[in-house]
Amino acid sequence: MRESRGEKILGAVNYILLTLIAVLCVYPLIYILSASFSSSSEVLSGNVILLPKGLTTESYRRVLSNSSIWISYANTIFYTVAGVAVSMVLTTLGAYALSKKRLMGRRFFGFFISLTLWFQAGTIPTYLNIVNLNMLDTRWAILIPFALSTFNVIVLRTYFEGIPDALEEAARMDGAGDPYILFKIYLPLAMPSLATIALFYAVSRWNGYFWAMVLLQTDSKVPLQVVLKKMIVEISAVSDSKVDMTQKISQETFIYATIVISILPMLIFYPFIQKYFIKGMTVGAVKG
Amino acid sequence: MMKKRNGLMNRLIRDKWLYIFLIPFLLWYVLFAYVPMYGLQIAFKDYNLFKGITESPWVGMEHFKTFFESPYFFRLLKNTIIISLMNLVFAFPLSVIFALMLNEVKNKWFKKTVQTVTYLPYFISIVVVTGIVTSFLAPSNGIVNIIIAKLGGEKQYFLMQKESFRWIYLLMNIWKDTGYNSIVYIAALAAVDSELYEAASIDGAGKLRQILHVSLPGILPTVIIMFILKLGTIMEVGYEAIILLYQPATYETADVISTFVYRTGLLEGKYDYATAVGLFNAVIALVLVLTVNHFSNRLAETGLW
Repeated sequence: MRESRGEKILGAVNYILLTLIAVLCVYPLIYILSASFSSSSEVLSGNVILLPKGLTTESYRRVLSNSSIWISYANTIFYTVAGVAVSMVLTTLGAYALSKKRLMGRRFFGFFISLTLWFQAGTIPTYLNIVNLNMLDTRWAILIPFALSTFNVIVLRTYFEGIPDALEEAARMDGAGDPYILFKIYLPLAMPSLATIALFYAVSRWNGYFWAMVLLQTDSKVPLQVVLKKMIVEISAVSDSKVDMTQKISQETFIYATIVISILPMLIFYPFIQKYFIKGMTVGAVKG
Repeated sequence: MMKKRNGLMNRLIRDKWLYIFLIPFLLWYVLFAYVPMYGLQIAFKDYNLFKGITESPWVGMEHFKTFFESPYFFRLLKNTIIISLMNLVFAFPLSVIFALMLNEVKNKWFKKTVQTVTYLPYFISIVVVTGIVTSFLAPSNGIVNIIIAKLGGEKQYFLMQKESFRWIYLLMNIWKDTGYNSIVYIAALAAVDSELYEAASIDGAGKLRQILHVSLPGILPTVIIMFILKLGTIMEVGYEAIILLYQPATYETADVISTFVYRTGLLEGKYDYATAVGLFNAVIALVLVLTVNHFSNRLAETGLW
């Protein structure tokens, strides 16, 4: 295929535009990274545009010595690991049972869970329910009430349904029961799908903010996102009143450094797990 | 009769593990999805924390009346719909266009890099994203104002301006979601038969015409379905990003139904009233989604897929 002159230009413009879009997507992150390694005065006087100015690790040393950040970081890791474990156990068990035609009441149970895709009780009843269950300000409030995503259950159920019955029948001949079939046959076969679902649960746990902010009061239990938000609010309050510039000066780069360590695990793992996310999105589109 | 019961028992016993698996799963749905639905009745009650949900006295539609007659009703409805529509009109086409642009890229490495980079913002937490927005738009030393000042303009406190809020919110969402939302179109484009391009090329169609007459029609069904589905979620503007960005000065343009529910319910403690407002929103949203689904199913059946 030969390209005309106009098409060549068009092609080049396309490359340039895409490069520009890509730059716009990463620029804020690069800025934060650079600012976190710059001296506060350079950042505040607007000299940091792309690369760090007045290179220093001062902000990171302060982050490292700040116990509330480390406690909340540990909490976030806990909520992510424990949360994903709870979610995966419940999702897998439910999806397996629902994928079996021999389950009595299968259609009803399917409807019972799908209904929650269309209609949910909403913020206040959800909150009051957690209060009534005496879960307020407990770690359980974060782990249990938000453990399941109906969408993920349906994705996994559909995947299980696609596994040929012959495999199960063969195992049954050898006297295997459902636990064996699920753990030894289904789970290994469903690895890609399980990985996708686990990653989506993990990201929403790692990034979760609203319910942690609403449900947790004790400082030793809150995740990193809540602490980060408090820091950001404090600094903009200072910039509003212009009371104490020295406090502000020290806060700004400190926040950037905290943001960097909060997204670091994501940035490290992201290139390797990207394909699972894409998979999740395309499955989602087909299911609507 | 006896035999039938035995058959049922045998099935239950044979498949006992299925039911054991199902117990914790269903228990979760009952406790955390359906019990809150029972709690929805406080929308029609004068809820008292000490009397509890069941014992609180009924007040009928009073909370709904209060809401419909309040000056907030129209404002919230307007903001919710405008914010959704802005997203639909500006952000939605961008992800389609972006996918079409990416589809024209021959260099695999370049394509992969652009994809990786543009999907990334989707996975960054909303606290960090709004933090970036706040810091970039800071009145005295945010990078946006620094650039404005360098170009000779006047520094502005964007987040305090009610006419800027929705645009800031829109731009933030475009930055965060466009790449990720394009994945489904990129997948659809990959499925377009390559022979169609060859045929078009033999007929003398240039690149631009191939995009218009092969690529675009190829993904049109997907685009239409996605558009309809989006239309169905017009009433669902999330509270998280907005409560992190808005201020009393911008409530007039920024406050949507879900943020109002959060404020009146969880901050002011008017649980019954806030539940009523939330229920109103959920019912409208449900009707919309069902209508829209009806249409998309019909479209799918008539061979759009």
